[in-house]
Amino acid sequence: MTKTKILLDHGSGGKMAQDLIADLMLPGFDNPMLAKLDDGAVLELNGQRLAFSTDSYVVDPIFFPGGCIGDLAINGTVNDIAMCGARPLFLSVGLIIEEGFDQDDLKRILAAMSAAARQAGVLVVTGDTKVVPRGAADKVFINTTGIGVIPAGVAVGGDNARIGDQVIVSGTLADHGMTILSQREGLSFDSTLESDSAPLNHLVDAMLQDGRAVHVLRDPTRGGVATTLNEIAQSSTVGIRLIEDQIPVKPDVAGVCDLLGFDPLYVANEGKLLAVVAPEDAAAVLAVMQADPHGADACIIGEVIADHPGKVFMQTRIGGHRIVDMLTGEQLPRIC
Amino acid sequence: MTVEFLKAFSEPELAQQLIQQIKAKSRTPIRLMEVCGTHTVALFRSGIRSVLPETISLLSGPGCPVCVTAQQEIDAFIALARQEDVIITTFGDLIRVPGTCSSLQQQRAGGRDIRMVYATTDALAIARENPARQVVFLGVGFETTAPTVAAAVMAARAEGLKNFSVISAHKLVPPALAALIQTANIRLDGFILPGHASVIIGLNAYRPVFAEHPMAAVVTGFEPIDILQGLALLVAQIEAGEKQLANAYPRAVTAEGNQPAQKILADVFRPVDALWRGLSVIPRSGLALAEAYGEFDATRRFQIEVEDVPEPKGCACGEILTGLKTPPECALYQKKCTPAAPVGPCMVSSEGTCAAYYRYQG
Repeated sequence: MTKTKILLDHGSGGKMAQDLIADLMLPGFDNPMLAKLDDGAVLELNGQRLAFSTDSYVVDPIFFPGGCIGDLAINGTVNDIAMCGARPLFLSVGLIIEEGFDQDDLKRILAAMSAAARQAGVLVVTGDTKVVPRGAADKVFINTTGIGVIPAGVAVGGDNARIGDQVIVSGTLADHGMTILSQREGLSFDSTLESDSAPLNHLVDAMLQDGRAVHVLRDPTRGGVATTLNEIAQSSTVGIRLIEDQIPVKPDVAGVCDLLGFDPLYVANEGKLLAVVAPEDAAAVLAVMQADPHGADACIIGEVIADHPGKVFMQTRIGGHRIVDMLTGEQLPRIC
Repeated sequence: MTVEFLKAFSEPELAQQLIQQIKAKSRTPIRLMEVCGTHTVALFRSGIRSVLPETISLLSGPGCPVCVTAQQEIDAFIALARQEDVIITTFGDLIRVPGTCSSLQQQRAGGRDIRMVYATTDALAIARENPARQVVFLGVGFETTAPTVAAAVMAARAEGLKNFSVISAHKLVPPALAALIQTANIRLDGFILPGHASVIIGLNAYRPVFAEHPMAAVVTGFEPIDILQGLALLVAQIEAGEKQLANAYPRAVTAEGNQPAQKILADVFRPVDALWRGLSVIPRSGLALAEAYGEFDATRRFQIEVEDVPEPKGCACGEILTGLKTPPECALYQKKCTPAAPVGPCMVSSEGTCAAYYRYQG
């Protein structure tokens, strides 16, 4: 079977997306900053380290419980820069708007972007607007690009996890992905779910104070916690062991996942981060996180191990174990 | 059902007791088959496979609806998707399954209108919203989901919906069990019977099969404790030399099952011989639309011509579905056949045996 067309799976953030990047994109742009494939690139200019990141937002529906495409676009890029250990400063915004789009909806989106930028403490300093004929885009697409400064002494990177490090997640899993899914598909149990869209830069700032040894920071968006941890395990050539019992999932989110046969470990988050922290600093980092509104439910979910480099394992509730693989394509609801 | 309630069924202490009980009782090597794909996944996800004694071999049976759907049926779905002005509605898993030369996913990327739905009522809604187009629902699944398809057909008739039809590739669990027991070389000692399908058909539906072909068999739920309980019952039976049908899922499964659901199944469908991937044709193991509902049969409404095709070369899905091989014993597994580029259906569905091995065993 020939595979000459781009499938939705190629955009799912999992293995197929990785392959697409490796096969089609990296060869033409090869350079050491790109090759790291972290959430953003780290650039060095006149002795100052900068983090630089871009992301496009095409979420459907554009308004959902807990946020809209506007704040998502600001928070997403703010978070990608924060995950480089940087303080995000400036953002650009590119809008692609479908002909016929309601101006009131655009105003709502821009107001949400403005509020999100204020909350994150970043300035939108340049932008671009395009309008395309009806049908050439779906309502509105937003691209944001951001730049931030990495404070001296901070050394976070996907390849920096070390044996013995503790794996911390800043809160419950799968809130955003299941909210969007239930809204998009008009599932009737959607009333209690809410996206976790939030800027995490102030949380990261607090975590990195006092020279605490935070080795890796990642926000587990598309592909979820499982895919992000696999990427870390591969980049750092270490194993990661998760404790099933300690993985936080809200009961209603777990219920919806169970019903559709989805694993919350693979569902997108938009206001959560994973931190890999040296064991001696884990308690301090955890306490700082729990004191922040965006990290109140933070907990340790596992540790970095020497065995099985490049792989993620789970110790299950009943005392068994299994592998936690990367996501391959979109999760699809099962038949029964 | 709350998650707190579900968590109670995987309490570590109770699980440990059951594991110890199984280890203490299990003496002779036995081969058990979990018939249902949801069990296959639950056995891996919960880590149960990693804690069982070596005496117990678990084989995955033909209980993933997508996996047992024959190649010709998949090709028919794709042929339907290529018809002008047709909207295909389907449950999610089916989207990626490769037919002989395409998949629904690739047809969708090529511009065909293929929509994933979560319930057959969604498919009806799409038909109402698109009166100028034909909406076809791809009916794949067992007794668990077939009643919802039957209900949709009845609703379409009641409201005079002329642009809705169903292609029925539904399959029935009990006839497959009978076929499995009679499969040469399979050497089964017991069945872990599907919890969800049993909610509909009831314990009694299995009695004729096991009266003719006695076998230790336990209807089992899906939480780790449920599964361990089912396994403990099976081990105890087999060690005692018994061959009984038992119910370890009484909070959901009754002897009679869901009779209203059975009635609409009987009204809308009729049993027919069906081709199962890996098991060949099994008498009266499938459901076609009954004569009275023939106007809603997509195979009558559309001209679909599908050639008889061999299954992909080297693909061992058939042997895997009957427990004759495990995925690592297939030459294509992890090499030519991966979730990103599946050759056979067992690698496609999240509940397929090969996909479960790939995902959880590495």
